Amino acid sequence: MTDELPGQLAEIRTDFLDLPEKDRLLLLLEFANELPDLPARYADHPDLLEQVVECQSPVFIFVEVDGDGRVQMFATAPKEAPTTRGFASIISQGLTGLTVEQALAVPDDFPNTIGLTAAVSPLRIRGMTALLARAKRQIREKTALSAEPGA
Amino acid sequence: MAVEFDASEGFTEFAHPERLVSTQWLEDHLGTPGLVVVESDEDVLLYETGHIPGAVKIDWHTDLNDPVERDYIDGEQFAALLGSRGISRDTTIVVYGDKNNWWAAYALWVFTLFGHEDVRILDGGRAKWEAEGREYTTEPTLSVPVEYPVVERDDTDIRAFKDDVLAALGSDPLIDVRSPEEYSGERTTAPAYPDEGALRAGHIPSAQNVPWGKAAAEDGTFRSLAELNALYRDQAGLQDGDSVIAYCRIGERSSHTWFVLTHLLGFEGVRNYDGSWTEWGSAVRVPIVRGSEPGLATAR
Repeated sequence: MTDELPGQLAEIRTDFLDLPEKDRLLLLLEFANELPDLPARYADHPDLLEQVVECQSPVFIFVEVDGDGRVQMFATAPKEAPTTRGFASIISQGLTGLTVEQALAVPDDFPNTIGLTAAVSPLRIRGMTALLARAKRQIREKTALSAEPGA
Repeated sequence: MAVEFDASEGFTEFAHPERLVSTQWLEDHLGTPGLVVVESDEDVLLYETGHIPGAVKIDWHTDLNDPVERDYIDGEQFAALLGSRGISRDTTIVVYGDKNNWWAAYALWVFTLFGHEDVRILDGGRAKWEAEGREYTTEPTLSVPVEYPVVERDDTDIRAFKDDVLAALGSDPLIDVRSPEEYSGERTTAPAYPDEGALRAGHIPSAQNVPWGKAAAEDGTFRSLAELNALYRDQAGLQDGDSVIAYCRIGERSSHTWFVLTHLLGFEGVRNYDGSWTEWGSAVRVPIVRGSEPGLATAR
């Protein structure tokens, strides 16, 4: 099973698990509706974003690591793909504000532990797993870059 | 007791016009006793964002598939599912969905396996309903559960298995409804569906490539009879009397084509090979052809 989760993710998990199964999709929809628009610096530069091809709908993400070593994640997905938007929203809200160390320590199987799998199907939940994996990869790449001397 | 058919002029040219309803017809008939509207989408949350008033949701992944074996649910599960949605054996079902009614066609095909007689597709699906500014609601539909008989599935008429396809090679026409890149073997998966891959790429020998989406117009409706004949008879060479087998990757796009061939063009004995490329492309010792030509096939 999974280790202790950082605050936001633990809260997200509890929120889902506290609901009866049939209401969890509605919570996912709430997350989908909460996905903020991209800030101009990304909305104007779609080339900077990475596509998560594992998702059935086009979803693009960008992860920033600021000077204090904290993560901020941005994502965009079309409104006709609410499931994908919901996944992107959960992962973004869960990772944003964490330190690099905390973010990289988030268990890879987190998406399977929030009681959504039965409602969306195992095949679809893989989209969220891919979102998390790619976000972590971006964090590692950015951290490695800033660790290089003279970078 | 079936609800009256949609006698729209636009449908009369098709072999089975009673299988289609227009958006106007549906709006006029919402709430008619004996009618249940079913939404079936690729995105499992789309229904919750807004659906046709009174519609119920049936999801392919979570409702129609067996969770353990690669197969559809059985008679008892189907009876429980439909009964819970307020559908009885003689209910008129109208199915609609996203993506050109791709998943709606799949649901219709599965209902047909169980012999539910009156199932129709809303021509244009969600896209057309929305484009015409028709009403959506987020209000959950409260179905009154009813009795649905336990009917065992009959796979013989419209479902093909791997051995059926092997036996048909060289004698019955095959239609591969995937993208040209999947057909030729350049890719093993559709760009947006990397989880549905196979160990080998290409197509079943002798299969003609008619990507499924060609049967749909820009607005999500089915193309005219003339356009469909051009695609399937002229280009793909299908003739009356052919026993066609259609396939794609997991049998979902090909059920859209199955609907077109069976109900719009009137071919008899059309079967959907639902194992499709995820099975064939990973099966041991089945013949495969690469490139854009159909290739030759002999029965094995």
